[in-house]
Amino acid sequence: MQALAEAAGKFIFFIGLIVLQIAAVLTWVERKQSAVMQDRIGANRATIFGMRMLGMFHMLADMLKLFTKEFFIPMGARKFIYLLAPMISLLFALVGFAAIPFGDVLIIGGREIPLQIANIDIGILYIFAVLGMAVYGVVLGAWASNNNYALLGGLRASAQMLSYEVAIGISLVGVIMVYQTVDLMEIARAQGQLLWGWLPQWGILWQPLGFLIFMAAGIAETKRIPFDAPEGESEIVGYFIEYSGMGFGMYFLTDFLETILIASLTVTFFLGGFQVPYLYADGFHFPWGQVVLLPNIVVAVLQFLSFLIKLILLLFIMMAIRWTLPRFRYDQIMHLGWKILLPASLINILITAVVLTLIG
Amino acid sequence: MNVHDKYKPLTWWDKTYIPLVIDGLSVTLRHFFRNIRLHILNVLGIKTKERGAVTYQYPEEMRPLWPRTRTLHRLMRREDGSPRCVACMMCETACPARCIYIVAEERPDVQIEKQPKIFNIDLGKCVFCGYCVEACPEDAIRMDTGIIDIASYTRNGMLLTKEQLLNIQPKVENYVARPDLVEGQPIY
Repeated sequence: MQALAEAAGKFIFFIGLIVLQIAAVLTWVERKQSAVMQDRIGANRATIFGMRMLGMFHMLADMLKLFTKEFFIPMGARKFIYLLAPMISLLFALVGFAAIPFGDVLIIGGREIPLQIANIDIGILYIFAVLGMAVYGVVLGAWASNNNYALLGGLRASAQMLSYEVAIGISLVGVIMVYQTVDLMEIARAQGQLLWGWLPQWGILWQPLGFLIFMAAGIAETKRIPFDAPEGESEIVGYFIEYSGMGFGMYFLTDFLETILIASLTVTFFLGGFQVPYLYADGFHFPWGQVVLLPNIVVAVLQFLSFLIKLILLLFIMMAIRWTLPRFRYDQIMHLGWKILLPASLINILITAVVLTLIG
Repeated sequence: MNVHDKYKPLTWWDKTYIPLVIDGLSVTLRHFFRNIRLHILNVLGIKTKERGAVTYQYPEEMRPLWPRTRTLHRLMRREDGSPRCVACMMCETACPARCIYIVAEERPDVQIEKQPKIFNIDLGKCVFCGYCVEACPEDAIRMDTGIIDIASYTRNGMLLTKEQLLNIQPKVENYVARPDLVEGQPIY
């Protein structure tokens, strides 16, 4: 019972208060960041009592619009699957966050609470499963729409997502080899160790190539520009062409949630997860010998903030990439996935194996 | 990058897209940080000449017009208040869009024979070429009001009559000698 309450608390905190809020703010960030990058001002016309708040109210206006619009079911669509598909998409974007550690251990009343919604000791496999299931929401939605354009978009989406899942999977093998575990919590904890007594052993240090491959393939998994051939919002639309109202809203939200999921996975695997350099369970131990002891709650908060800051920085970079690059052609997507990323991730395994053997 | 380089086939390193992604990101991020710095300085009031965006917030903020911009027409008056127009039909003849409709009437003044009874301009047809202004021998029609927000819900609303054209209040303040040098406006 207590464990259930614990899990529910962590779920409400991490998914409800952090992830979904970031996803909502991302819609605003996407507008404003792109505007600033392109010497524009960006959306600022939605007001409440004359307040503009830098266009923040556009999030509310969007939500209101999506909720009040008709959810149209086209003639000949498979009604049940058509309704189910966006929910599947959203569900598998959300459940991925269960395995992500956003802090080490919080001690409340002598009870140790690991700051991870579900302590899955095969976390990486769980992540692969969740990312693999994401394609179902897309393909079912495309197929149930009874629309040829949607079906073609679904085909493009499934081809792209399956291709890049291969690269994602193989690029993470290097991480597993380095840390000798598939538990995300253990991976995050292992990144707190120091190399030569001063350098934090973040994943990017051991796996720079793996980091690049994972980022590229991850962005492709989110189906956003530059890999938005399945969607092509501006002209070809793709698998959710028939969806309106909140059905479209769910696919829209899924995009942002997947972006956050990929960013938080990248943080967990390659940027030290929740680790703050030199911060241990009892406080800071600086390499020059100074020790600052901190209570457990401060450590937990610092670790969580560290995770959050890394996540936000990475989301900023992913947004910048999304607003910088043009869309890849379909053959370029396949070329990048199968001829560049897949061999590169295999080479990454080879290099990792050689280096690990040499170090011993 | 040399312009001719883009015709060379991509090397393997180029095909990984890494150098090109870094190139592109450096451009966009340079703009981002430059603009965000200017936005913050503008809000704090430290720096106001340079802006972080080229946007004009149109309904609130009018874009300054160059002195020769042709805007909404107006009919000029004589010193006694009567229209300068002598209904010579020159503008109606010159108009390529045929948006001017004039009906002349006799004028009690002996010196000047005619004056317009009806002088309509259909702005729905007008192409703002300014030929009517050039054709006018009496300087009776001008396109210097500085009004560019011409809109109506009906077609009839776009039709301006003689009285309306005579009574237009020009917004001369919209005209600026050198809009590109106006302070507080973006100069890039």
